[in-house]
Amino acid sequence: MTFIATERANRLGLSSLDSVVAFVKALPGVDAVGLEARAANLATRSIKNSSKMAALDTIIRLIDLTTLEGADTAGKVRSLVAKAATPDASHPDTPRVAAVCVYPDMVEHAVAALGSRQGDGVTGISVASVATAFPSGRSTLDIKIADTRYAVEKGANEIDMVIDRGAALSGDWETVYSEIRAIREACDRGDGTHAHLKVILETGELATYDAIKRASWLAILAGADFIKTSTGKVQPAATLPTTVLMLEVVRDWFLLTGEKIGVKPAGGIRQSKDAIRYLVAVVETVGEDWLHPHLFRFGASSLLNDVLLQRQKMLTGHYSGPDYVTVD
Amino acid sequence: MSHMSIPKTYKLFIGGKFPRSESGRVYDVHGPKGVFLANVAQASRKDARDAVVAARSAQSGWAGATAYNRGQVLYRIAEMLDGRTEQFVAEIRSVTGASDKVARAEVHAAVDMWVWYAGWADKYAQIAGNANPVSGPFFNLSVPEPTGVVVSVASQDTAYSLIGLVSAIAPAIVTGNTVVVIANEAAPLAALSFAEVVSTSDVPGGVINILTGSAAEIMPWLASHADVNALDLAAASGLSTVEWEKAAADTLTRIVRPRAAFTSLSVDRIDALVETKTIWHTKSLA
Repeated sequence: MTFIATERANRLGLSSLDSVVAFVKALPGVDAVGLEARAANLATRSIKNSSKMAALDTIIRLIDLTTLEGADTAGKVRSLVAKAATPDASHPDTPRVAAVCVYPDMVEHAVAALGSRQGDGVTGISVASVATAFPSGRSTLDIKIADTRYAVEKGANEIDMVIDRGAALSGDWETVYSEIRAIREACDRGDGTHAHLKVILETGELATYDAIKRASWLAILAGADFIKTSTGKVQPAATLPTTVLMLEVVRDWFLLTGEKIGVKPAGGIRQSKDAIRYLVAVVETVGEDWLHPHLFRFGASSLLNDVLLQRQKMLTGHYSGPDYVTVD
Repeated sequence: MSHMSIPKTYKLFIGGKFPRSESGRVYDVHGPKGVFLANVAQASRKDARDAVVAARSAQSGWAGATAYNRGQVLYRIAEMLDGRTEQFVAEIRSVTGASDKVARAEVHAAVDMWVWYAGWADKYAQIAGNANPVSGPFFNLSVPEPTGVVVSVASQDTAYSLIGLVSAIAPAIVTGNTVVVIANEAAPLAALSFAEVVSTSDVPGGVINILTGSAAEIMPWLASHADVNALDLAAASGLSTVEWEKAAADTLTRIVRPRAAFTSLSVDRIDALVETKTIWHTKSLA
């Protein structure tokens, strides 16, 4: 395996693949009980009504509205885009979401449907594509690179790649690193810019907090713009302790280098109440700066409807129901 | 060794589970001479919201079950209720001080009422539906469909703590509605023991949800809830219901207004909570 050095690895004086792997292997272990207690404590924070509306709007602005089904069609992607741009037609002041997240062959449909509304998550709605033989990642590197390049060529602003969990679990961190690095290069557009890379660790398969911590560091060193918990296809998907751990890695990296990396919990966050807990965890771990579409996202599909129902309740004073939001 | 009595913890019944109130509140229930009987969960608006979510998610499955199957489940409730007669008699007496005879008569009437409504499960469509004559080669069928999620207020008269509850639930669920019922506030023990009957009677979780607490506190939230399809106030004659009715009207919720004879066995009670669907279908020319 050829080692492709990164600026980030150089910063830590890691000049070879071996030294990178030795670095992540030497990371101190995670205090699992402490981490879970910390997350549970953050989850008890009470959010008053006056802050709740702001929290709900923030959640919407941070959502990657996702459809990753075998049954996806161009039509489904178009309706997803419509919902992303106008989440609640009965309340047109509702903010739009950060991005839509689709399979690579659906990127062109999302780009076409968005038109001039496409942007980077702040300037407009971003198009994120999963790639690298999502969700299992069980294919050859060539195919994963081709998958990535295809999505980038079709206009994806962001690539959500999966790591090789088999390699990570068998201790082959070299492969994990090299693959992330290769995909990161495949994200280059050739004009000096690159599609932002989110690295999915699939924490539900990594089994231990120590492995999640190692994978987070490795992804950052290899060039990730975001680290993402899960594909949403494996249980458990995103959990609060896992997300807090990844936020802590991001915080440590920021303290070390001043560089801000994004975090994306994905899968299993269906209720506003849960999402608000994640916001609390972000603010308490890395600070309010991270509540920005460039630094934090929710990978979700049904979450948006629940947020809209809560938002309608705040606005109308009575409970709303699923008849008042679009079915996806 | 003498047996030490174990006071029972009375909790809510939502989605087939027995949660405490989200608010953590309880209220005292007293017997006729002011003797303390139990702490009972005092439902909040969030408990009511959760109950509606549970009722909504159970509704399509319950309505989709065959009428025959729904009837069997309702009979099963009657069987389980009958088997617990002594417990209900004791609970009714402890709250109201009624004689054994009066309390027993109420339990028997409640069982009879279940059986009566259970019988309608696979017979109701025959009397409420119709094959309409039309001028053309079509079948034109009108069939009763459940309204959906029904919020029902049980009688608040302590003399009807069980039968009032049964008459608030049975007519709604027999046709495939799911129900959120506010139990008798002053005499909730029979209602909460009834929840145990339901949970052991093959009733899918969420079809029957029982809340204890103040109707005056919870009902404004349930009446205005946009995901509630009908408000059954038949037994709510002692309560001020006008504001609830106004709030319900804003989201086109069907309203059954308070009426005097709410415990009488009447198909009208079922009629009030169904809608008629009319279907056209071509006749086969073969």
